[in-house]
Amino acid sequence: MAVIPWKPPAQMDYITKDNPRLDGPAKVTGRAKYAYDAIASKCLVGRMITCPYPNAKAVRIDTSEAEKLPGVKAILVEEGKVCRLAGEFVGAVAAVSADIADDAVRLIRIEWERYPFVTREEDAVQPNAPQVHAGNERPNVRVNDPDGEGDVEAAFQQADAIYEGTLSTQVQTHTCLEPHGTTAVWDENLEHLTVWASTQAVFGVRNDLAEFFGLEPHQVEVITEYMGGGFGSKLGGGYIERMAARLAREARQPVKLLLTREQEQTNSGNRPSARARVRAGATKDGKLIAFEAETSGTGGFAGGSGFPLPYIYSVPNWRRQHTDVYINAGNARAMRAPGHPQGSFIMEAVMDELAYRLGMDPIEFRIQNDPNETRRRQFRELAKRLDWDRLWKPGPDEGFPLKRGMGVGAAVWGGGGHGSNAEVEIHPDGSVVVRCGTQDIGTGTRTVVGVVAAEQTGLSPEAITVQIGHSTYPQSGSSGGSTTCAGVAPAVKVATDNALWELFLKVAPVLEASPEELEAADGTVRVKGDPSRALSWKEACAVLGQESVVGRGRNDRSLSSSGTAGVCGVDLEVDVETGRIHLRRIVSIQECGLVVNKLTTESQMIGGVIQGISYALFEDRIMDRMLGHQINPNLEFYKLAGPADMPEIVPIVWMEPESLARGVIGMGEPPVIPVAAAIGNAVRNAIGVRVNSLPITPRKVLAALGTEV
Amino acid sequence: MRPIEYFKPTSLQEAIQALQDEGAYALAGGMDLIPSLQENILPAKRVVNLKAIGEELLRGIGPTPNGLQIGALTTLVEIAKNETVRSRYTALAEAAETVGSPQIRNVGTLGGNLCQRPRCWYFRNEHYHCLKKGGARCFAGDELGDNQYHAILGGGPCHIVHPSNTATALRALNATVHVVGPQGRREIPIDQFFVLPRRNIMAENVLEPGELVTHVTLPEPPRGFRSTFVETGEREAFDWAISGAAVALVMNGAEVAEARVVLHAVAPIPWRARAAEEALKGQRLTPETIQRAAEAALEGAQPLSQNAYKIPLTQAMVRRALQRLV
Ligand SMILES: Cc1cc2nc3c(=O)[nH]c(=O)nc-3n(C[C@H](O)[C@H](O)[C@H](O)COP(=O)(O)OP(=O)(O)OC[C@H]3O[C@@H](n4cnc5c(N)ncnc54)[C@H](O)[C@@H]3O)c2cc1C
Repeated sequence: MAVIPWKPPAQMDYITKDNPRLDGPAKVTGRAKYAYDAIASKCLVGRMITCPYPNAKAVRIDTSEAEKLPGVKAILVEEGKVCRLAGEFVGAVAAVSADIADDAVRLIRIEWERYPFVTREEDAVQPNAPQVHAGNERPNVRVNDPDGEGDVEAAFQQADAIYEGTLSTQVQTHTCLEPHGTTAVWDENLEHLTVWASTQAVFGVRNDLAEFFGLEPHQVEVITEYMGGGFGSKLGGGYIERMAARLAREARQPVKLLLTREQEQTNSGNRPSARARVRAGATKDGKLIAFEAETSGTGGFAGGSGFPLPYIYSVPNWRRQHTDVYINAGNARAMRAPGHPQGSFIMEAVMDELAYRLGMDPIEFRIQNDPNETRRRQFRELAKRLDWDRLWKPGPDEGFPLKRGMGVGAAVWGGGGHGSNAEVEIHPDGSVVVRCGTQDIGTGTRTVVGVVAAEQTGLSPEAITVQIGHSTYPQSGSSGGSTTCAGVAPAVKVATDNALWELFLKVAPVLEASPEELEAADGTVRVKGDPSRALSWKEACAVLGQESVVGRGRNDRSLSSSGTAGVCGVDLEVDVETGRIHLRRIVSIQECGLVVNKLTTESQMIGGVIQGISYALFEDRIMDRMLGHQINPNLEFYKLAGPADMPEIVPIVWMEPESLARGVIGMGEPPVIPVAAAIGNAVRNAIGVRVNSLPITPRKVLAALGTEV
Repeated sequence: MRPIEYFKPTSLQEAIQALQDEGAYALAGGMDLIPSLQENILPAKRVVNLKAIGEELLRGIGPTPNGLQIGALTTLVEIAKNETVRSRYTALAEAAETVGSPQIRNVGTLGGNLCQRPRCWYFRNEHYHCLKKGGARCFAGDELGDNQYHAILGGGPCHIVHPSNTATALRALNATVHVVGPQGRREIPIDQFFVLPRRNIMAENVLEPGELVTHVTLPEPPRGFRSTFVETGEREAFDWAISGAAVALVMNGAEVAEARVVLHAVAPIPWRARAAEEALKGQRLTPETIQRAAEAALEGAQPLSQNAYKIPLTQAMVRRALQRLV
């Protein structure tokens, strides 16, 4: 059957509307079970064994003392493993309780061969720096090929205003509130492995485990009913899932393995740092014409540190060279809009500084240089929402000790749908079950599935039984790159339409119509244009007799699109005596094509703003130079924004008809991108000096003010 | 493998007895002690829960012939809500009110708050065998150390800051700490209760093994007495102060007759800024006097590599405290 386009938004009952999360009650009452809750009794507790040194090899291992400890059921240690960070995993134990597992870890004697280490970028680039990958040829620094276009030198000659500066961002850890974790259980014959995983990739974990254990994919069952955050750090099967499964096999008992907060903070991924020495030039008429940057960043002991720059705004002449720096610290993983917040913080600072030097309004200057028509309109809307024309002044604000300032930034993101399949079964009793193997990483995917099936069947989302998060359901892609909604929603739509067609084939004779003439709407199956010829949904399904009908569907690209625009504006006050930033209001505007659920879209935007605030003002992974540990591997000194730090957050979902007509586009990532940039610019606007690095702490604000005295 | 003995005595005598052995720790609200045990930074062998001790002195807030008495087991929320404390010893109520979070204030006690251990991130990390844990070096004071939250006054050889809000307030209020131990009872003026690392690196106060704080007394406020506590952190809530100040004044009309100015989170003990007190005495609280006092308060500050910002910040805290008392 040919794919039917989305209905016009005006005719929609659920899509584009506010639909509360279907699993809200389960989550708030604790009925929702996460990976660690899967098996309530007789489940062993696993604990990782970690390396206490930042650069070392486990040469000899003695587990005899630990083995003697009553209650210890399995010990796995990797002799010979080379660890490039303090906190690297070298094995795990399983015991009847967490305390015994902890004690067993302490009783394992490991003899380490230690190497010199380096935990800071500025140290790692020195000529005689210790080698991160001691013992092999890999250098601490990788210089990437230069990139660029146009004639930069000539362009700088034409520039009326030039900004030069150094801007940098810190390493941010994902800090999933549900740490990485898994429960694993084997059948008696070790032929079937069931794993409850906290993952963004149900099928990725299944495939990885099948390959690792030499099983066929159907012998591994992965379940992710609910999860508490991934942000890119849970994108594949890895060490934790394998280790839990190995322990369970060894112990012949279920094992649950959850990282401790310290392990989660040190060794489960991060957003790399970024540093840029930039020079940029613009002409009097407000055109950005020249840009050059020498950039670097660290993704820890492995992983690149790339980020987009120049970002968003058109510049005909630019040159850039990027260098990856390696240090003995946890490695980078994809993190919510990888690279973009870094590029945004740097680029938006440049844009503001040029606007100030030209005496232009920063929003006007951006509109002049932004190639995207939607975003230009969004900037105008943002100015309205912020009351920018009345409130924005070039600054610094005269107030004391509170100085008010405003700043903006912009975001671009791809999105687009991943490969996704779904299956819809309509039963003779009228019940509708949708199965899709996708995970819901907290964004509201389960609700999206229900909303789409409801829209197509004319039932309410609550009437749909949504089954997701299981590797025996139709395959669906991993949740990365904001691709889930645009993959899952079309697949569910097509599957529902196909199931309806099967139903219409059976019902048509009863209504004395052809199946093409039928539609499902308002809880009925009826002849289009002739509501008098209708059966209630239940009556229609009863026609099926004993047999249910099933429809299958795949994501069809005609129903989704990619490429989104967003902007963000901040209104804040800086206390120049304490260096504290008091956020007043943040407005976030985001386009995402056809908005499948407005309420959860707003929730993603608010979440992005919150995470952006936290990145801008608080979070910072601090690596010690003396012994090489992260010295803030906890939520006491790795500070997250809390409820009391929140301003009024205004999410505005971009619902212009042209955007809605584009089909579904994901948007989980982009709202986080411009927040830190906009906060940085607002601080600059308030106090007249720029804090050049994130996070913008009281210490840095006071230091920046000091340089002006 | 490191079994910890748990003991819940019902009398002070039993508690004192049980606390004399090495590795014995008193447990009150447990907000500090329990995480310290989990972090594996204390050589704990025994935990002695104080909460079943019958002794009246340990509990509640009540009048004495010349002031107020607060039991060591009184929770921070009780102190913050108490009308007498709020109106007559405002600094203490404000100090208790700004500790951590509501949950911590519901459980944390005055005795535990006064005797809590430092939050230095090297001290709190089991991989760092620092001076305070019997090791050979202070990591924060090292030229490679990260010390943005550490001391600018009174530091060396260890550079912790004293974390207790109530300690700072009680020092401004000129409290007396009442303790009981193997040698019986003694009263310690708060000015002598805390010790600098150069006197005793292993402890932050003068309590001997087996000694317990039973209660704290506050003198009757004289006419014209007023006090306040201010602090600032990096976050709005659930965060440690990076600076603060408690100030108590006795006003004679518009003039300051007596002043106690105590700086918070900038030294290994609540830090009395005597030069600031001098600058205030006999003066009216004009902006100029306030500024002079604020500057005097930080005289002699010696920042480490990353914490010079605490100087202007703490001056601002002193100014704000004084402005509140105008
Ligand atoms: C996230 C967080 C934030 C916090 N923020 C703040 C803050 O901003 N300001 C602040 O001041 N505190 C803060 N605290 C610390 C907490 O408030 C105090 O640790 C708490 O008041 C301690 O009281 P407790 O009764 O729980 O002490 P416990 O943990 O039971 O004891 C603490 C210490 O005191 C000893 N002790 C207890 N009672 C006595 C006694 N009667 N005599 C002698 N020794 C005794 C114990 O042996 C132990 O060493 C914070 C704590 C956390 C976890």
